[in-house]
Amino acid sequence: MVNKATRATDTLIGHDTWNIQLDKNGQLKHFLTIEGLSTELLTSILDTAESFANINEQSVKKVPLLRGKTIANLFFEASTRTRNTFELAAKRLSADVLNVNISTSATSKGETLMDTLQNLQAMQCDMFVVRHNASGAAHYIANRVAPGISVINAGDGSHSHPTQGMLDMFTIRRNKGADFGSLRVAIVGDVLHSRVARSQIHALNILNTGNVRVIAPKTLLPTGIEDMGVEVFNNMEEGIRDADVIIMLRLQKERMQGALLPSEQEFYQMYGLTEKRLSLAKDDAIVMHPGPINRGVEIESSVADGPQSVILDQVTYGISVRMAVMSMALGREAGTSEVEK
Amino acid sequence: MEEIAKPEILLDKLAEQLKTLLTDRSIDQPVMVGIHTGGAWIANALHQKLSFEEPLATLDISFYRDDFSRIGMNPQVKPSKLPPQIDDRHIILVDDVLHTGRTIRAAMNELFDYGRPASITLVCLVERSGREIPIQADVVGQHLHLDKKQHIKLTGPTPLEFVVA
Repeated sequence: MVNKATRATDTLIGHDTWNIQLDKNGQLKHFLTIEGLSTELLTSILDTAESFANINEQSVKKVPLLRGKTIANLFFEASTRTRNTFELAAKRLSADVLNVNISTSATSKGETLMDTLQNLQAMQCDMFVVRHNASGAAHYIANRVAPGISVINAGDGSHSHPTQGMLDMFTIRRNKGADFGSLRVAIVGDVLHSRVARSQIHALNILNTGNVRVIAPKTLLPTGIEDMGVEVFNNMEEGIRDADVIIMLRLQKERMQGALLPSEQEFYQMYGLTEKRLSLAKDDAIVMHPGPINRGVEIESSVADGPQSVILDQVTYGISVRMAVMSMALGREAGTSEVEK
Repeated sequence: MEEIAKPEILLDKLAEQLKTLLTDRSIDQPVMVGIHTGGAWIANALHQKLSFEEPLATLDISFYRDDFSRIGMNPQVKPSKLPPQIDDRHIILVDDVLHTGRTIRAAMNELFDYGRPASITLVCLVERSGREIPIQADVVGQHLHLDKKQHIKLTGPTPLEFVVA
């Protein structure tokens, strides 16, 4: 995939290898991007998340799996939902969690990123959960940490947000079943700035989804998006027709430079998900949104709160999916030894 | 190696012994808990034979195993189904094969995360040699002396059969 957003970060990624997510046994060590992973691995993440979803529905929502492990949340960019659900996921696995507040940490006193990381390594952390506004930041860190440390990407620039992509797949699977081949999925809105959309498109393709569509004005689509195996629509009414799954994206004004949009009102006129437009999709279509939602900008309030909305389920499932990824990355030393009675 | 009795015969034997034991200990309305997967089959059969009122409960101890860091995640963990309250309840914990004792330790850890049972009675279809921690069953269908390298596994649920390799 080539687009302006990733091109701008080539220098940051430099000579680093991208192929560091799997260990020599093919198991997940770091979770940086969905791109390039196998159908089997994604399915295994979803199956493991299913096990944890059961835990999260019990009265005692905690298992001792990662007792004694230390997980550091490094959020260089604002986040509430993602950071909170990563923290809950770690705590429900009995890991100890360190929330490093970057804005008040030594980084703001001039310490470099690598110095911050080396200090955390010296505190014997086992996993870094990283969010950064630069695309490639999690890869950069994964290429430089001590061998025993796993890195999970919690969103890097407009590149990737793999756990969000997987929790969206989990939401689709729970509502529509495991056969993605029969599904028509429409992703609507600001695809250009959306790391979520990129992760979703990769995951949907790896899971062999029948038809993946993106619906957006030309100014909010990255160049070469067709090469990702999606059908492109500039007209909302045409694109949404007969969809099984509608994923609305947030308009990321904070990342917009220059006039990509005339106005929010005009965007809502053309691309907002209203009840009227929703009726063009299948009757049992589900409505998703990674949050935070802008009511009246991307989505009508009555749709966001309506019976077809699974937006809050996505939040719930995010915990299970993050528990799955964390436990897979930290419980990896594995051979295939027989389980002893 | 000694002959292993058919699971059906052992089940009858277990049901009889367990009934006597519960009377001796004056345990009324116990909660029967089967450990996934083999133990749940045995528990299900015993539950029917003894016609307990309380619904059958099940435990999947994958998240409580002490060898997680060695063998990694098992992606197919089944949900544990326990009654809402286990405080002061008499638990009958059921597994197919008692070997190292580690599964039972994990199961008891999980149970105590849910509350403080009045007692736990351990029932195993087969008890084999090779204990690594001090755990013993209260009711056993058959004792087996197996070589360290030998494995015994119950397949099922219908028919229930032992495979020794």
